[in-house]
Amino acid sequence: MPVTVVLPGVLRPHAGGAHEVGVEGATVGEVLEALTTEHPALGRRLRDERGDLRRFVNVYVGDTDVRDAQGLDTPVPAGAQVVVLPSVAGG
Amino acid sequence: MSSTLLLVGTRKGLWTARSDDDRRTWHVEGPSFVMNAVYAVALDTRGGRTRLLVSADSEHWGPSVFRSDDLGASWQETPEGAGHFPADTGAALKRFWALAPAPEDQPDVVWAGSEPSALWRSEDRGETFELVRGLWDHPHREQWGAGFGGQAAHTVLPHPTDPARISVAMSTGGYYRSSDGGGSWEPANKGIKAYFFPDPWPEFGQCVHKVDFNRARPDQLWAQNHHGVYRSDDAGSTWISIAEGLPSDFGFPVVAHPRRPGAAYYFPLVADSERLPPDGKARVYRTVDEGATWEALTEGLPQQDFYGAVLRDAMCADDSDTTGVYVGTRTGSVFASRDEGDSWAVLARDLPDVLCVRAATVG
Repeated sequence: MPVTVVLPGVLRPHAGGAHEVGVEGATVGEVLEALTTEHPALGRRLRDERGDLRRFVNVYVGDTDVRDAQGLDTPVPAGAQVVVLPSVAGG
Repeated sequence: MSSTLLLVGTRKGLWTARSDDDRRTWHVEGPSFVMNAVYAVALDTRGGRTRLLVSADSEHWGPSVFRSDDLGASWQETPEGAGHFPADTGAALKRFWALAPAPEDQPDVVWAGSEPSALWRSEDRGETFELVRGLWDHPHREQWGAGFGGQAAHTVLPHPTDPARISVAMSTGGYYRSSDGGGSWEPANKGIKAYFFPDPWPEFGQCVHKVDFNRARPDQLWAQNHHGVYRSDDAGSTWISIAEGLPSDFGFPVVAHPRRPGAAYYFPLVADSERLPPDGKARVYRTVDEGATWEALTEGLPQQDFYGAVLRDAMCADDSDTTGVYVGTRTGSVFASRDEGDSWAVLARDLPDVLCVRAATVG
């Protein structure tokens, strides 16, 4: 299913400068896997080598934080927007 | 005249300093890798090809290794990442704490130490690294603990003439050595105290903060422990205390003099419970007689109201004929000596807290 992933500015250089990337996937995990295949330097900034979402990376499907849903198994409806945001962290 | 390049890794990026007049004046540039913690850097000058390596990790976006073949004008990154734990380990790389080019006769080999504690080997000059299974699969690993900074193999010492010999130091875990290229490992901590255990003289588990050697005398090791300053003359088989004469046996870095065997530099802090320089003074301590006596090096260093601790990789020496010594502090100062520590000057100040420094002659 076609999905649009919206990236924060700091990650856009790892997607060829794009603000949005179109990929296929039915779950957040599938979307991130497709994103990683297309842009490996972007993908590993979102997940570690175990496939876990990095601690301070937030992913939303619409308005829902996937950590409040089913994590990487969260379904992504066709045409949905997946938004990647850095959490507020650091000193 | 050749130039000297100093890399300064901080908690919020990398700064570079270059001197074209035998280290009298410096041009400082930065930051690169903004908001990335730079725990390890290396200047690989083997074979007349200078490559800079930088371990940079973001709290948000994870760890990377960057390389530059043009002295930092541009940086490249392995798109898939330089190091990945294999799936069966169930581990994820937090960061590389050490980047150690092998000796000249292995010009493409670079070793790395990581958090969690593991050793890595690159055969393409730091573009990709493979986990060294021999250390990862060691039966002691489950008992290695985490210090305040995390559980890491922070020191990697490839033997300068024997490619089969390599050693690592871990916090906590201690000093381990291999004589078969990393296939098998043995702890070598006899004589190093671990006061924080019921048995203070365990086979392993010590909190070794840093180990170094002079490449011309690689069986003589210098160690700064979590309380304890030691020397070994038998490649780590036994260690003896050389703390007598120092204001404290606590601290993080040690640097073996690169040209003068038997000489080394330390930067003591008061204690585990007071991680500040004694008496509010910035003092590098030097021995030239294998630790029998110590000299406080103070000329040009702040001697009052100074509270900058120096972390394990934030002191280094360069490779000039008259050795330069460099110290970076958690208060963001970098001090440089071009005369083996006899006198010092401020090279930079008000940077973020300095995590590592490395210097070499380039071009």
